[in-house]
Amino acid sequence: MSEPLKQADIDQEIAARAGEPGDHPARDYAPYRSTLLRHPKQPLVAIKDPEAAELTGPVFGVSDVTPFDNDLTKQHLGEPLGERITVRGRVLDRQGRPVRGQLVEIWQANSAGRYLHQRDDHPAPLDPNFTGVGRCLTDDDGNYLFTTIKPGPYPWRNHLNAWRPAHIHFSLFGTAFTQRLVTQMYFPGDPLFPYDPIMQSVTDERARQRLIADYVHDLSEPEFSLGYRWDIVLDGPTATWMEEGR
Amino acid sequence: MNPTPSQTVGPFYGYALPFPGGGDLATGGIAVHGYVYDGAGDPVPDALLEFWQADEHGSLAGAPGTLRRDPTNGAILGRDGVRFTGFGRVATDLDGHWTLRTVVPPNGYISVCVFARGLLHHLFTRIYLGQDAFLDSLPPERRQTLVAAEEREGVYRFDIHLQGEKETVFLDFG
Ligand SMILES: [Fe+2]
Repeated sequence: MSEPLKQADIDQEIAARAGEPGDHPARDYAPYRSTLLRHPKQPLVAIKDPEAAELTGPVFGVSDVTPFDNDLTKQHLGEPLGERITVRGRVLDRQGRPVRGQLVEIWQANSAGRYLHQRDDHPAPLDPNFTGVGRCLTDDDGNYLFTTIKPGPYPWRNHLNAWRPAHIHFSLFGTAFTQRLVTQMYFPGDPLFPYDPIMQSVTDERARQRLIADYVHDLSEPEFSLGYRWDIVLDGPTATWMEEGR
Repeated sequence: MNPTPSQTVGPFYGYALPFPGGGDLATGGIAVHGYVYDGAGDPVPDALLEFWQADEHGSLAGAPGTLRRDPTNGAILGRDGVRFTGFGRVATDLDGHWTLRTVVPPNGYISVCVFARGLLHHLFTRIYLGQDAFLDSLPPERRQTLVAAEEREGVYRFDIHLQGEKETVFLDFG
């Protein structure tokens, strides 16, 4: 048996890649070990076709969500344990235009850092009152809103003593399939940030900051919940963007 | 504005993203199925594939209702079988296998977006169901990775190799 990888080994690898420019993580980011066999080695092939199907995308409507989907604290007979929060923001394209009526999906661990999932064997308690799944459609200004509880950090097996900072997984659609985004939202001031190879895979400091929500005191509701704000900007061309001769 | 960075879908999206009938865009058309493999040639049991395509008349307008809900209990009823929504989502099985049932779009291809644990940024590819000028522009040895092979009438095989000798051609839309 070889020595298990230690945090110090991963720290060194993270430091070696720190500061590389780019809005998105490189797919070949070795400090996150699961990338090793799951990234292509050939360059991507560019498609510049104004007729490409990917410049359009799926649409959703009021029948695809229920009014309870965006309140993760109201999906069971009782209320989940944890720190109640609201997370809100706008979904925008790179021109700053709101993405209207589109599907936002989230999933997260419970307040103890455990997912409702058979493959999550972290020995933290499940919460019978928390599934950790939410959906909503953005409004005409691109706004979304979820009420939930703050997820806990959790251990994983990338290396010895690996812990994920608390995060909420987000899935977003734009007006084009090219704008599809799956990402994770983090909470400000989490001491686990420097140790996490998934977050640090965004090697550009300013880009990485865009993954962190703001705590906004005015969005906290007295005697009810703490308020966070996180705006999301979708990448990728759209049909109108192509017409404008980007 | 600068975009929000991508992060991996991770392993725990199971209660959130897949839904019953996610790969059943239409009945009475074709089936496309295959495996997702990693660079060691092992199947990937926790990949999530999304599909987007034109309807049989070529419309890319799509329609709501992929995730149509039961207003009584919130359960997912799914597509109504009449409107073609154009969107599909399938998680791979424990053996890395997936299946899509749909119709052939007139433009000849189905768009695919690949998510997986260990994949920090999704990948786009296309399932081609016939010849195409874009395919002709690729080196012959790579071209075949985008072409679905007809196994029997109406049933096509399309494997996705994230890495390795048979690595799939992945696309960049800029
Ligand atoms: Fe997670």
